[in-house]
Amino acid sequence: MNTLIRRLAAFPLVLLGVSSLVFVAIRLVPGDAITAMLGTQAGLLTPAQKAALAAYFGLDRPWIAQYWHWLRALLHGDLGISVTYGKPVLEVILQRFPLTLELALLSMAIALVIGVPAGVYAATHAERRSDLVLRIGAMIGQSTPSFVFGLVIIYVLSAGFGVLPAMGTFTPLLKDPLANLGQLILPALTLGAAFAAAVTRIARSAMLDVLSEDYVRTARSRGVPARGVIWRHALPNALIPVVTVSGIEFGYLLGGAVIVEQLFALPGLGRMVLDAILQRDYALVQGTVLFIAFNFMVVNLLVDLTYVWLDPRIRARG
Amino acid sequence: MSTTKKGLSTLALAALLAIPAIAPVHADTLKMAWSQDATGLDPQKQTAFSSIRLLELIYEPLVRLDAKLEVVPAIAKSWAFGDGGKSLTFHLDPKASFSNGEAVTSSDVKASFERLLDEKTAAAARSNYLSIASIETPDPETVIFKLSQPDVPILAAMASVNAAILPASAIKDGSVGTKAIGSGPFMLKSWDPNASEVLVANPHWAGGKTGVDQIDISVLPDETAIVAALRTGKIDFALLNDPLVATMVPKVSGLKLVRTPSISYNVLQLNPSRKPMTELKVRQAISCAIDRKAVLDTAALGEGKVTGPITAPAYATDPSKLFCYKPDLAKAKELMKEAGYAKGFTATVIAATGEPATAEAEAQVIQSELKKIGIKLDIKMMQLNVYVDAWLKADFDMAVALNGGRPDPYTMYNRYFTKTGNLLKVSNYTDNELDSLLNQGRVETDPAKRKAIFAKFDLHLAEMAPWIWLFTPDTYVAERSDVQGFVGSPMGSLFGLSAVTLKK
Repeated sequence: MNTLIRRLAAFPLVLLGVSSLVFVAIRLVPGDAITAMLGTQAGLLTPAQKAALAAYFGLDRPWIAQYWHWLRALLHGDLGISVTYGKPVLEVILQRFPLTLELALLSMAIALVIGVPAGVYAATHAERRSDLVLRIGAMIGQSTPSFVFGLVIIYVLSAGFGVLPAMGTFTPLLKDPLANLGQLILPALTLGAAFAAAVTRIARSAMLDVLSEDYVRTARSRGVPARGVIWRHALPNALIPVVTVSGIEFGYLLGGAVIVEQLFALPGLGRMVLDAILQRDYALVQGTVLFIAFNFMVVNLLVDLTYVWLDPRIRARG
Repeated sequence: MSTTKKGLSTLALAALLAIPAIAPVHADTLKMAWSQDATGLDPQKQTAFSSIRLLELIYEPLVRLDAKLEVVPAIAKSWAFGDGGKSLTFHLDPKASFSNGEAVTSSDVKASFERLLDEKTAAAARSNYLSIASIETPDPETVIFKLSQPDVPILAAMASVNAAILPASAIKDGSVGTKAIGSGPFMLKSWDPNASEVLVANPHWAGGKTGVDQIDISVLPDETAIVAALRTGKIDFALLNDPLVATMVPKVSGLKLVRTPSISYNVLQLNPSRKPMTELKVRQAISCAIDRKAVLDTAALGEGKVTGPITAPAYATDPSKLFCYKPDLAKAKELMKEAGYAKGFTATVIAATGEPATAEAEAQVIQSELKKIGIKLDIKMMQLNVYVDAWLKADFDMAVALNGGRPDPYTMYNRYFTKTGNLLKVSNYTDNELDSLLNQGRVETDPAKRKAIFAKFDLHLAEMAPWIWLFTPDTYVAERSDVQGFVGSPMGSLFGLSAVTLKK
């Protein structure tokens, strides 16, 4: 319980650190919101026009004043207004987040459904041909960049079968579950492939470690059937590193999968933050990064809680 | 795989992917895609090509440019210069209405131009209309612009959506840029930035009924995915930028590629304020050494035309008549020697990643061309915004750029090459002759004399070689064969979509 409180207490500090880092970083990059909007034609502005635009984008005050203003508003739950969307930042984020969350969940489901059994199978058939095949497959899965995999999928489907998922807009799950799934399944597979490969490799090596532990040998010597030993005794322990890897990966995915979102033209968080950076939409970049950091911390916390659930010894120590 | 099996699997895939994903679509909805979305809705303030493309469908200026870049009616049905070029009178089309049903009147025109000229609006295009001294509105259908000096190019400049006519009421309540109320062929129904927009036909458009009732636009950042979407019929019509992708389109059955020569220009900007580009002979040597056709063929697959400074067909000089447009290595080496750089020198060229798609390839070809006269070129690729920042500060030795063209040479180059040009700090080059020729061209009302003045300007500018003009690219739209009637524009406008129909 103490650990939980300590972890929660650290949240604001981490968020403050992240926010100041992002605030400075986005402003250190050459080019500002004015040149992002006008391109080379920004050179045609008179000083008075420049001043008017700077005031509009809030660039006319010193950084510290801008940061302080932003932070004060943040404490009142106000993340500012996005200049691109003309809407409150939080509203824009929450509009894009369901897609990202769903894509992350779907990718993780694919990864775990494929990765865990594959890893267990490889470990229990270590050094046999099937293990080798799975290991090579996992290596290929992990080393193939997602854009290559995605492009191949798009090309094969469109050129070979004449079909393609809907692109550009997003159909929410509750509005039309089938359309929603049709749209997300390929991007989820693209992301899930590499994710599954990682899970397979981790599950295999963790399982191998666990299988050589004393308690497994004891269980075996007591005549517990092999299947029971693997699934009931060994697997829960072997899952701990799998949970760690999946948690980190899932946390990343909640920040948006920029490349896959670009490729399949999905309006998710990753593409949104990329566009916001390119368009120097400061409030949106700051707000989104903060949101992503918050999610990452929550996921991390959940991962830790899962350890406790999987292994009571951790609870005793904590 | 047997045919039946393949058929079945196709069916299954279609069931999962295609059918549920398509919303019920009208027979006359055009599904369209582009890789870059508009960045804002205020027509007077937007400068990005992507924004202009969208806003030209929603807003109208007083006049428009047709496919031959000639000024044709839009909100105004007729116009005339008077008072020796110092006044410009427009008679408005009595049918012109905004999408809210209100008529477009002379007071809307006056309010729009006053907003454009107000420095607080911060419209970059304001510089094209500075000669407007006052605006008179004798009646609701007549507007008279009184100019401080004769200004012939202002008419073509008014054909830009940056000079769009907005409802005076929207200007007053400050809703321009949030609510898009224009008098163009379409109305904006919804906009999700960087994702999608929906346009519906404007029932009040003075131009009559549009060919389609609705245009659904999707932003698909990857142009290969755009071609895949065209192939499968997910979209009917798309804008493409990358020649590598565009040239694939005609190979796909059921797809057409519409190429339109553009008046934008790809150019190698030298910085004459930096040594040794300060030396005329060095700049000329660079001009003689670069094989422009080779740059075009290698970097842009030959998709375009070698160009001199002026790109509008009505004024452009035949490139073969321009200084050193036939590559001449011997002359280039001789010029380098005369300038005291027989052994060459090292310089850096900047280019923006993907802006245009051919930028990096252009830089590489130029690098190998200049190596032949001993110039060692380092290529520095930059993200667009970083590049723009360096460009505006003229913080470069050389820069690969794609600059927008204008139908009138004065409007196109006054900003760079007159003594009062507001981008002179970027070009860092002018001389008495350039300055004088441009100003003569501005006030001259006789078309033949204007042509002669700008021909002289073209020759002189190419010979002084502050920049090395390379080629004008083609612009592309790809469409499915059931899309009919699209006419492209050298300015890249998609106004032609108002006439597009879908074959049932």
